[in-house]
Amino acid sequence: MHIVVSIKQVPDSAQIRVHPVTNTIMRQGVPTIINPYDLFALEEALRLRDAYGGEVTVLTMGPPMAEDCLRKALGYGADRAVLLTDRYFAGSDTLATSFALSQAIAKIGETFGPPDVVFTGKQTIDGDTAQVGPGIAKRLDLFQLTYVAKIASIDLAAREITVERRCEGGTQKLKSRLPCLITMLEGTNEMRRGSIEDALCAARSRIVKWSAAEAGIEDLTKCGLRGSPTVVKRVFAPNPRSQKAVQIDTAEKTLRDLADELIGAIFTRQPALEPELAFEAA
Amino acid sequence: MSSANPDTPRPPAGRAGMKKELPERFRDYRHVWVFIELERGQVHPVSFELLGEGRKLADKLGVQLAGAVLGPPGEATQNAVAEAFAYGADLVYFVEAPLLADYRNEPFTKAMTDLVDTYKPEILLLGATTLGRDLAGSVATTLLTGLTADCTELDVDADGSLAATRPTFGGSLLCTIYTLNYRPQMATVRPRVMPMPQRADRAIGRVIAHKLSLAEDEIVTKVLGFLPDSQSGTANLAYADVVVAGGLGLGGAENLQLVKSLARAIGAEFGCSRPLVQKGWMPADRQIGQTGKTIRPKLYIAAGISGAIQHRVGVEGADLIVAINTDPNAPIFDFAHLGIVTDAVRFLPALIEAFTRRLSPHSRDKLAS
Repeated sequence: MHIVVSIKQVPDSAQIRVHPVTNTIMRQGVPTIINPYDLFALEEALRLRDAYGGEVTVLTMGPPMAEDCLRKALGYGADRAVLLTDRYFAGSDTLATSFALSQAIAKIGETFGPPDVVFTGKQTIDGDTAQVGPGIAKRLDLFQLTYVAKIASIDLAAREITVERRCEGGTQKLKSRLPCLITMLEGTNEMRRGSIEDALCAARSRIVKWSAAEAGIEDLTKCGLRGSPTVVKRVFAPNPRSQKAVQIDTAEKTLRDLADELIGAIFTRQPALEPELAFEAA
Repeated sequence: MSSANPDTPRPPAGRAGMKKELPERFRDYRHVWVFIELERGQVHPVSFELLGEGRKLADKLGVQLAGAVLGPPGEATQNAVAEAFAYGADLVYFVEAPLLADYRNEPFTKAMTDLVDTYKPEILLLGATTLGRDLAGSVATTLLTGLTADCTELDVDADGSLAATRPTFGGSLLCTIYTLNYRPQMATVRPRVMPMPQRADRAIGRVIAHKLSLAEDEIVTKVLGFLPDSQSGTANLAYADVVVAGGLGLGGAENLQLVKSLARAIGAEFGCSRPLVQKGWMPADRQIGQTGKTIRPKLYIAAGISGAIQHRVGVEGADLIVAINTDPNAPIFDFAHLGIVTDAVRFLPALIEAFTRRLSPHSRDKLAS
């Protein structure tokens, strides 16, 4: 089977700093990583390939340096990597991104064989929208299976897939058909260590690089800023609360006294809480 | 790499796309809609929170607030219609069909996009639940309109555009996003981000029924079963009255036991900050913050949590925030109400003991006498 995994290179959020004066993100020197949610999608794709045979193609859209995350994915064992890069994609919102990616996936299908499953992560850690996966599914007319916790079975002959997906208050078991788009839930598997062969292969591999035109995108008005219905008008730091926390003075007090003092302060501010907590605790 | 066709227009420099020129075809899009999320007979409370928010937007715009109820024939769906009015809707758009019994993307997307195409709302709000996010993404893509996820603030500006504010870059900054030239302007909001409005018994108003032109055999995806969560309490975190959470300041996974013990002593739910989930110390459904659960408890105790903005936006709605942290400069003290600069690992056992003492029936009797 042919599996396409769409991944994103993101700044390592643990190391992002905001410029104190200009309120802009300081990207300089911030290391980039594969969006952590995408690793669950990639691992699941590799497992399907190992079980059913076939190939895994990883795809990303981004600046030329996004090649790094594709090499990492090859190092984990992906068979092929495609980088969609063009200045026309700059400023894409989720609608424009899903347009460009779906065009690239269609082109991947023409070039390397139609995909049976397209994977994305649940969401990214920089945008956190969870919208691009469903957007790709809709544009390519793939059956949409989001928040998948487990792929229970695939019947390639019958083109059927059964999955367990996370939903409000429980797990839904769904039967659908291939080709489908799966957004993989986090914590559902553990990324393998890439083999030495894969690491060597990743270093040597030629990464397929496509511009908008090479990906078969004719309508550039659907790309980038112009293809994005949403506009970011203002970016700002949250207002600091005018009042800081009232500190309980810890000097020369036992932990027991401190605890009593804190509880006293809590119930002074929220008197109705005490009987409620006593009832709960009983 | 080949360069693009030089005849095609260049992408605009800067933010030229910001000019508002609403195309003719969108000019009759009016009114504010809220998708009423109905799953297994229950309306998700986030729908009521959105009706409260939608009411404000509709009043500012001088338009009507509508609920969009999609569900199977039966009492639960009828009840959802009544509840939409009770929480402030002026009218309800109503699609009733047996194939809307369990949520599936295909029929819900079809029903929702049909409703929008027919009745043309200017604003459409959905809860950012697993269902709402699954649906919103495909509806927005089908309609080719803008969708802003996980908003923490909604407003309309002077020219009537929806200003949707959300945290960005993992919650380091906030940004305000507009959908200027497309309709409807779509946004999702996570449960508990907006306050629950007052419910008032009201007569059922205007209900506009719409027929779903889709048959079961046209839908590929079938629901084989549903396994409800065991009573682990995870589903209750967002709506809990008292919450205790731990962060990296606890030092090690073994110290989370202290957080759980405190929670047990005061009948609270427990959770954690994002790094603990990333370390695998707690399951993701216990995460509190922008990418986890938003909470609005009466009391929130944060132990060893530094208070990054992405955590802050998830807890700001709490009535009383108590922070325990060794670092006096930790950002959590900027938005907590009560703070104590001490090592949570040493302090929590004393706090558990003190709460137990204070809340025991014996000491309460003494207080009463």
